Amino acid sequence: MEASCDECGGKIKIPKDSVAGEIVSCPDCGLEYEIAKISNDKVELKPAETVGEDWGE
Amino acid sequence: MNFGLIYDRIRWEEKSLTQTAKKKGARVVTIDAKMLTLDSSAKSKEVQKEFGDVVLQRCISYFRGQHVTAYLEFKGLTVINKHRVGEICGNKYLTTLALEKARVPTPRTMFAFTADSAKEAVEKLGYPAVLKPVVGSWGRGVAPLKDRDTASPIIELREEMTGALNQIYYIQEMIKRPPRDIRTIVVGDRVVAAAYRYAPPQDWRTNVARGGKTAPCKITKELEEMALMAADAVGGGVLGVDAMESPDGLVIHEVNNTVEFKGASQVNETNIPEAIVNHVLSIAKR
Repeated sequence: MEASCDECGGKIKIPKDSVAGEIVSCPDCGLEYEIAKISNDKVELKPAETVGEDWGE
Repeated sequence: MNFGLIYDRIRWEEKSLTQTAKKKGARVVTIDAKMLTLDSSAKSKEVQKEFGDVVLQRCISYFRGQHVTAYLEFKGLTVINKHRVGEICGNKYLTTLALEKARVPTPRTMFAFTADSAKEAVEKLGYPAVLKPVVGSWGRGVAPLKDRDTASPIIELREEMTGALNQIYYIQEMIKRPPRDIRTIVVGDRVVAAAYRYAPPQDWRTNVARGGKTAPCKITKELEEMALMAADAVGGGVLGVDAMESPDGLVIHEVNNTVEFKGASQVNETNIPEAIVNHVLSIAKR
C-alpha cells in the first residue's frame, strides 16, 4: 500500500502489518506522518506530532 | 480480560505488547491519548468499560501520560505504572531523593533554583559535573560542566530558557565510567533483562535515542539487587533502571517509567514483552 506526501508528493510505502498510531515518513522530504486509520486497502495519514520537551521514557 | 494500552505513538514496544496480550487471549483496547476527552463526572464503571480491567500507560509525552493515569486512578482503575511512580521517575530531582532515602548508591547531586546559586552549587560539588533537565529524557539538554569557564555560560543559557522547570537546576557529579551504562528492565519483582548501552562515536551520552548501541550484559547478583532496590525505591512496576559502573561499584542514576526495550530485546533471549504482559495480567487477576 502507498500514500502520497502532502508536502512534496513523494510516495510513502505503508508496510502490510501497520496499525493506527504508527509513524511513517516520506522518503523524499522526511516529513513524518501518523497512520490515522488503516484497513485492507485504504490508509489515512495525519501529520505526526512534533517532539515535545517532556517526551521520553 | 480487557487489557487497556494507552499510547500516543505506536512504537515497536507498543506493537509487540499488543500482539503478545492478544496471543494470551486478552482483549486489547488500544487508546490514543491524543484523542481522549475525559469527563470528570464519569462513573467508575463507565470508565472501566472504556479503558479495560487493567491499563498499561505507555505515553511518550510525560505530562500527558501522568494526567491520564491520575484520572484513571481517581476513577478506581489499576494503572501500570502508578501515578506516584511516574511522578518520581519522571522527575530526576525526585528520583535522586527517593534513591538516596532507600540507600541505593546514586551519584551525588546538588539542587539549586537560580542561576547564581547553581554556579555556587557546582563549585561545591566540583568539576567535572553534569547539568540535567529535571524533566526530559533521551539525553536531551544533558550538558557536561567541565570547568568554571564552560559551566557559567551553560547555566546562563539555562536561565534564559522559558519554562518554569528550566529554573530547577539539577547538577550531578560526573561518574568516571567506561563509555557505556547498563539498562536493566525490571518487571514486578524480577530483573528480566539487561543490556550495555555504548555511547556512539562523537557523543558521550549512551541513550539509544542518541544513537547508543546495545550489547549483551550479564545480570550479576550485584546488578540484580541494585536494580530491584531502585525499582522498590520508586514504588515498583515495569521500569527501566539505569546503572553506571563507577570505580567504587555500580550506581543507579535513572529509573524510567515508560521504559523502551527494543534495544535490550535485541541482545536478550528473554521475551520482554511477554514478561510485561504476564505481569500486567497477573495484577488484573488479583
